[in-house]
Amino acid sequence: MDCKRNRDMKSPPPFPDEVLERILSFITSRKDRSAVSLVSKDWYNAERWTRTSIFIGNCYSVSPQIVIRRFPKIKSVTIKGKPRFSDFNLVPPNWGADIQAWLFAFASAYPFLEELRLKRMTVSDESLEFLSLKFSNFKALSLLSCDGFSTDGLAFIASNSKNLIELDIQENAIDDFSGNWLCCFPENFTSLEILNFANLNSDVNFDALERLVSRCRSLRVLKVNKNIQLGQLQRLLVKAPQLTEIGTGSFLQELNLQQYAELACAFNHFKNLHTLSGLWEVTSVYLPVLYPACTNLTFLNLSTAVLQSDELAKVLGHCPRLQRLWVLDTVGDAGLQSVGSSCPLLEELRVFPADPYSQDIFHGVTESGFLAVSRGCRRLHYVLYFCRQMTNAAVATIVQNCPDFTHFRLCIMNPHQPDYLTDKPMDEAFGAIVKTCTKLQRLAVSGLLTDMTFEYIAKYAKNLETLSVAFAGSSDWGMQCVLDGCPKLRKLEIRDCPFGNAALLSGMERYESMRSLWMSACNLTMNGCRLLAQEMPRLNVEVIKEDESEDCVAEKVYVYRSVAGPRSDAPSFVLTL
Amino acid sequence: MESTDTYETDHLKATELRLGLPGTVEPQKQSPATASIKSNKRALPECAKDCSSNNNSCASDVKDGDCACAPPTKAQIEGWPPVRSYRKNCFQPKKNEPDVTGMYVKVSMDGAPYLRKIDLKVYKSYPELLKALENRFRFTIGEYSEKECYNGSEYVPTYEDKDSDWMLVGDVPWDMFTSSCKRLRIMKGSEARGLGCV
Repeated sequence: MDCKRNRDMKSPPPFPDEVLERILSFITSRKDRSAVSLVSKDWYNAERWTRTSIFIGNCYSVSPQIVIRRFPKIKSVTIKGKPRFSDFNLVPPNWGADIQAWLFAFASAYPFLEELRLKRMTVSDESLEFLSLKFSNFKALSLLSCDGFSTDGLAFIASNSKNLIELDIQENAIDDFSGNWLCCFPENFTSLEILNFANLNSDVNFDALERLVSRCRSLRVLKVNKNIQLGQLQRLLVKAPQLTEIGTGSFLQELNLQQYAELACAFNHFKNLHTLSGLWEVTSVYLPVLYPACTNLTFLNLSTAVLQSDELAKVLGHCPRLQRLWVLDTVGDAGLQSVGSSCPLLEELRVFPADPYSQDIFHGVTESGFLAVSRGCRRLHYVLYFCRQMTNAAVATIVQNCPDFTHFRLCIMNPHQPDYLTDKPMDEAFGAIVKTCTKLQRLAVSGLLTDMTFEYIAKYAKNLETLSVAFAGSSDWGMQCVLDGCPKLRKLEIRDCPFGNAALLSGMERYESMRSLWMSACNLTMNGCRLLAQEMPRLNVEVIKEDESEDCVAEKVYVYRSVAGPRSDAPSFVLTL
Repeated sequence: MESTDTYETDHLKATELRLGLPGTVEPQKQSPATASIKSNKRALPECAKDCSSNNNSCASDVKDGDCACAPPTKAQIEGWPPVRSYRKNCFQPKKNEPDVTGMYVKVSMDGAPYLRKIDLKVYKSYPELLKALENRFRFTIGEYSEKECYNGSEYVPTYEDKDSDWMLVGDVPWDMFTSSCKRLRIMKGSEARGLGCV
């Protein structure tokens, strides 16, 4: 504590450190804290001593040592690792982003660490064991889209983390050996509030789960996997009426009348439920049991439930307060019509493709479904929409109806597909979006697009932070526009576009103010990347070299700013230039 | 026969629309289900436009210099559409098989002058069936419970199963019921005492 007061006593500070620190401890927003730290040296110091939660958007942008040196009192850490396109298998396995080095450093610097939230990191079972043993006060573990561990690793956490409040294992590519990890929670363990194992595949020991749920009286989030049958779900729900978020298991089990009545009765108790998900294999027989629980629902995730339009319509009739809805495109345009008519408070809609590789345009949703939603849901500001046809006119109308879009992610699934009515490129659609939606932060483009789209983006999308581009553009000019015209751009990910070295190098000055740039299957060469690396020493310019490509071609390029220098753990297929 | 076949195929080949140089023959590539299409660089706008109207993405074929647009199944592009792998494995789309024949069973009600027929396939659950019976015959069925059967009701729904036994409706899962039910009888409550409910 004393060392921080060893500074020049030339001019006494306006008020004591303790007061400044007390005040700053109320500031939780990351951006505010960054701003605070730039005011003066005193404020920088006060800020670093009072920061308890740290967010690292790119694990390679900084080293554990640098983090520890600056922030001595961290209790909560969030780290993101691999580039986002690794979710779609564009990054080879064993690329990196391993958490172990971080955990080693944290074990000595932050022995009282409470929360760890990881996204796209590699986490081994050994790391999970280390985590469970070295951090006695550990409370919350959230792993999203991670890999490298197995259910054995979860067993360590269950056995050893005596103060665990949250265990959230989502969408990870892990080895699912057995569900026995759930048995490892000791009988006197009662602190759990959040349990999410919805995406694990193996059977868990139901008795252990039931006992766990019974004794954790503060449990408010329970998301089970699809091996939990309806009868079992009913028993869990009866033991945990205080739940506010439920992820069900499978709805396939046949129930007799008694069991059906009991299930309906169980759901009837959940008047304060705000999130519902799971619902695998749900059929119209069982949907009605959910209705009483939907009155206060704000988030309904039906993205793993194969529903038809009439089924969805019936459900939505009971969800007047819905703000977020995720569905499969099996509900069709008719289903989306009912979204428009039943959910006036809707803010977020995600429509996922049930059959992404089918080329049959008669499946799924079209522009008319989206239009219907936009007419009824004027508060809509977040959309993720997978479709097989779209028109410029429809998009223009949609954004007129909903001008407040902050996140617009449109995926016309057939690459290079034009407006199906006019056969023109989809440039005007995205032009309409950026002109009308001044608050736009995130944009994903698709369809047949020329450089015009990027001219529009550069001219109008002044708040844009994240841009995803695939199979689009005509020349380097497109990418150059965007790099020049979007001052707030932080993340740019591009695949299969005709952008070459000239485009890459035009953004040289920009990349230091961005988190990262990804370009794959474009027209980059090794020489172009080397040039960038030479000119900008504070950037890491990495090329992923897989065997099949020619020597001079830079097939996959990942550029990011870093204060930690080049990676020391890069595998052989990652070339740091 | 063979000679005419080769004659035809030769002529068909000659008139086939391709972007390759005349006289060059590209080996027919089988599109594997998961080919990784690399470096889809310059999507020539003209070709893309021609191809896309066929609802086939020829973008993947462009780099071969052979914009055949012929095979309806294109090779899958690596990582496209951008859907997480855990989502792809989730489900099989429901097949709504239309039932050609219904499952009509006779329904008799104690005291009613004539029988009715209903199609069990129309109903998807017990509550639906019971409601339909209530409407059809204008009576009320009480609440079902395993112990007290249809408590407090004048009438009790029963059915004759495959073994010719008279069973109480509601004990077994729905699908088992529909597959074993031969006929329905809505029994007067007073008579139902013998079925194990007091």
